[in-house]
Amino acid sequence: MKFRISSIQTIIICFVLCALALGQDLASFEKHTTVKKLPNGLTIIICERPEAPVFSFFTHVDAGSVQDPMGKTGLAHMFEHMAFKGTETIGTRDYAGEKAALAKVEAAYAAYLAERDKPVDRDEQKLKQLEQNWKDAIAEADKFSAPYNNEFGKIVEGEGGEGMNAFTDYDETAYHYSFPVNRLELWAYLESERFIQPVMRQFYKERNVVIEERRMRTDSNPVGRLLEQFTEEAFAAHPYHRPTIGWISDLNSFSATDAQNFFNTYYVPSNMVVVIVGDVKASEAMPVVEKYFSRIPSRPKPDTATTTEPPQNSERTVVLHEQSQPLYLEGYHRPDYRSKDDQVYDAIADLMSNGRTSRLYRALVRDKQIASDSAGFTGLPGNKYPHLFAFYAFPIPGHKPQEMAAAIHAEIERLKKEDISDEELKMIKTRAKATLIRSLGSNEGLAFALGLNQARYDDWRELFRSVDRIDKVTKADIRRVANETFVPENRTVGIIEFAPPPPGQHPPAAEGMQPQGGGQ
Amino acid sequence: MKLNRSLSSGFAVILLVGLCSSALQLSAQAQSQTQTWQQIPIPKLPEFRPQQPKRIQLPNGMVIFLQEDHELPIIDGTARIRGGETSVPAKAVGLTDVYGEVWRTGGTKTQNGDQLDDYLEQRAAKVETGGGVDSTTASFSCLKEDFDDVFRVFVDVLRNPEFRPDKIEIAQKGLYDGISRRNDDPAQVAGREAAKLAYGASSPYARTPEYATVAAITRQDLIDWHSKYVHPNNIIFGIVGDFDSAKMEARLREAFGSWPKGQKAADPEIKIEPAKPAYYEVDKTDVNQSNIQMVAPGITRKSPDYFATSVFNEAFGGGFSSRLFGDIRTTKGLAYAVGGGIGAGWDHPGMLRLMVSTKSKTTYESIQALDEEIADLNKRPIDDEEIKRAKDSILNSFVFRFDSPEKVLQEKMAYEFYGYPLDFLENFQKGIEKVTKQDVARVAAKYLHRDQMAVLVVGHVSEFDKPLSSLGPVKKLDITIPAPPPGLVPEQAEHE
Repeated sequence: MKFRISSIQTIIICFVLCALALGQDLASFEKHTTVKKLPNGLTIIICERPEAPVFSFFTHVDAGSVQDPMGKTGLAHMFEHMAFKGTETIGTRDYAGEKAALAKVEAAYAAYLAERDKPVDRDEQKLKQLEQNWKDAIAEADKFSAPYNNEFGKIVEGEGGEGMNAFTDYDETAYHYSFPVNRLELWAYLESERFIQPVMRQFYKERNVVIEERRMRTDSNPVGRLLEQFTEEAFAAHPYHRPTIGWISDLNSFSATDAQNFFNTYYVPSNMVVVIVGDVKASEAMPVVEKYFSRIPSRPKPDTATTTEPPQNSERTVVLHEQSQPLYLEGYHRPDYRSKDDQVYDAIADLMSNGRTSRLYRALVRDKQIASDSAGFTGLPGNKYPHLFAFYAFPIPGHKPQEMAAAIHAEIERLKKEDISDEELKMIKTRAKATLIRSLGSNEGLAFALGLNQARYDDWRELFRSVDRIDKVTKADIRRVANETFVPENRTVGIIEFAPPPPGQHPPAAEGMQPQGGGQ
Repeated sequence: MKLNRSLSSGFAVILLVGLCSSALQLSAQAQSQTQTWQQIPIPKLPEFRPQQPKRIQLPNGMVIFLQEDHELPIIDGTARIRGGETSVPAKAVGLTDVYGEVWRTGGTKTQNGDQLDDYLEQRAAKVETGGGVDSTTASFSCLKEDFDDVFRVFVDVLRNPEFRPDKIEIAQKGLYDGISRRNDDPAQVAGREAAKLAYGASSPYARTPEYATVAAITRQDLIDWHSKYVHPNNIIFGIVGDFDSAKMEARLREAFGSWPKGQKAADPEIKIEPAKPAYYEVDKTDVNQSNIQMVAPGITRKSPDYFATSVFNEAFGGGFSSRLFGDIRTTKGLAYAVGGGIGAGWDHPGMLRLMVSTKSKTTYESIQALDEEIADLNKRPIDDEEIKRAKDSILNSFVFRFDSPEKVLQEKMAYEFYGYPLDFLENFQKGIEKVTKQDVARVAAKYLHRDQMAVLVVGHVSEFDKPLSSLGPVKKLDITIPAPPPGLVPEQAEHE
């Protein structure tokens, strides 16, 4: 029920979890991992991990906010919320009646929008009436569902479901929770059912919930505001420039019909991977899973072509003047995850950012003592398409974003001019191995990672194979990639500068901390 | 898991559908529509007895839990040491934050922190330390093959820290940064101020470091803290991973057995002084959403009401199934984040808290919505269906409390630390089973008193739908950060 904001920390976690891998464990995983492609195109993966009588699953849909239609940003995430609203049998007892009532809501909403969005000659009186008609239609439709509010979630929770949630990001949408293992068949029914016959009930109230989510994560949070503006600036053509949560005008416009159309287009079996990890035997579980998920009708694979971002040829900058403490962020365009250099970028991120031996920690936090935290990471805002490798730093009191830029650039220059040491290269490769091992000890983490790799490479084994690629990274690769990527005309900069609040209010920081008039 | 017979024949019909005629398709659709989730068989959950860690106590008082887990070639250990921020005097708030960082970064007598960093990172291993409310911790994580190397460093850090001054300065600067940023995120402001209202502004459970308290911390304070608290008889040590318990036990006895006992950590006396019931307002002009929290002190897990409040919380303010979620989010569309309940702490009352985040212009409306939910508990008590679902939810998901050896270990360590019976979790299940509708109504009436709660609102005050003063007395909270002592923070001009 959340969209993944490209928060700096979560990207790092994601990088660590997903990108690094280990070859030697592949053989053992081959033995207890079973993949089946159903006739309708759906891919099922079952990974046997008999540690406790539970299992976790991820349903990975290879469509995210990049697929939002023009003028309807936020729709992928909106549908994700709707996938918790039940089905024709869960959430109502009279679907025929509800269906007719929901159709009236859509008709009334279309009439309201047509008047609201008239470029000229809008009739305010008429608009008011149309709005009332729409609200009345909603009230009628709600009668069919209100007694069964959140029935889908109530079933899952009552049956012992743990951690029920979902997320939408630029590249994909994923649904997940865990169950005691005796609920496997119940799960297969519930999870397939919601992707066979989802019902767009209570859509416009849920839209308000999503708008509150936007207020929480973006509008009322300075880092959220910066990331939205920064990403918009860095991408001129590719849909990565639009926010996953959606622009407010789009959130106030798209309809339940739009959400249903999005589902029809992108939630097709050949675009989905379902992964189960836990105390299950593939020989017994696969027929159960297949029985229920085979019911999803086959549909043509959607067209997912997008614009290719053209090369950037001049530095871009966004500066936000905020009542909050400063922050420095910069990003450089890089190729997508299929690039032969993908693991070189991973290696650079690890070298620059991982732990107290990392170059940015040692330079900015330990030696210069100008930042409380600094790191570089890849995958902003996604990685399925060409995206950004980014660096950030939080200046400590008395220091400015411009100092962060200078210190980060000095470290980048070092990367371009000098080979990294043997010890550093060995450390990167050892850590990649250890990080993968640590990530294998959780049903949930494994289900996510296997699903992601299956969706991206059409082979879950890539989770393990990427370790071979990171093992082949050389010092020369790192210098070459740094020189190709980290150049000023390929850079977008995002800065939060402190600005005092309007007069008559308490400043959020003490007097003298961020004095006025100190700027250039 | 066994397939139910009638359903597996249904499977055959559905499979045919994909291949054959539309007539079959229709009949199969009819069949799939008549099936409901209640018809799906739920076999008995296989008997599961999670492996229990072995508990030993050394003659010097140190308690050790050993938990074997051979799934992955990893060994992790954590020492939890009695004594934490609740034992720190008001003038040095933040002491365990600085201590918790510099204990490790400041290195040992023979190796400085940077040398430790290099040594450990070459092995993709960690040794880390940290401060906390009632304890401090030292922990390690390593690949099995590196255990000897890493455990040696861990013991050295535990026994022989040096607290080098350069790292104290870095830790202090990091804390100054945190202080300077603490009003930037409204959710953080709300969490912090709500704790002050529930426990009292100067309570160790609520107070926060200031520039002056952090600046006053010296190296000698860290040395004194270490020699006061880090003794085997104040330590609970848990180790989990790919080892043989008998060999590991011998190894640990050798490492810790000769460590002499020290002074036992005293339990601090802590008073809880909740704020007077009123509306407390923090004005933040750079937000368009209000963070609303209604708070009062809650209970401890030792309370006989713990089980009934757990069921109440699940039904009233827990997940998707709860009243607050259903009414305020789903039906009214007022919030994305809404929830709450009667919090239960281990050794001190948790926080009773109901919270909702809503747009500025529905602030008043949302407070009223919460009020209605509380009032409604009298008129429309949590009913049989809600009780059943809440209990089912807790009991059916119970297995997730111990579905990994590490979780079992952590539970046992917590019981040991707070003096709970080690079979507390097993009894929790029985306690929940016994809860009745009357129990839930009784605890709701006992703990949820709207007129005794402090209501915090962090938001853009001039944009509220109605002023809070239309609800009751309002106190404006000043969250201005006290200025640092002169000279502590460099003037910006120096850098331009």
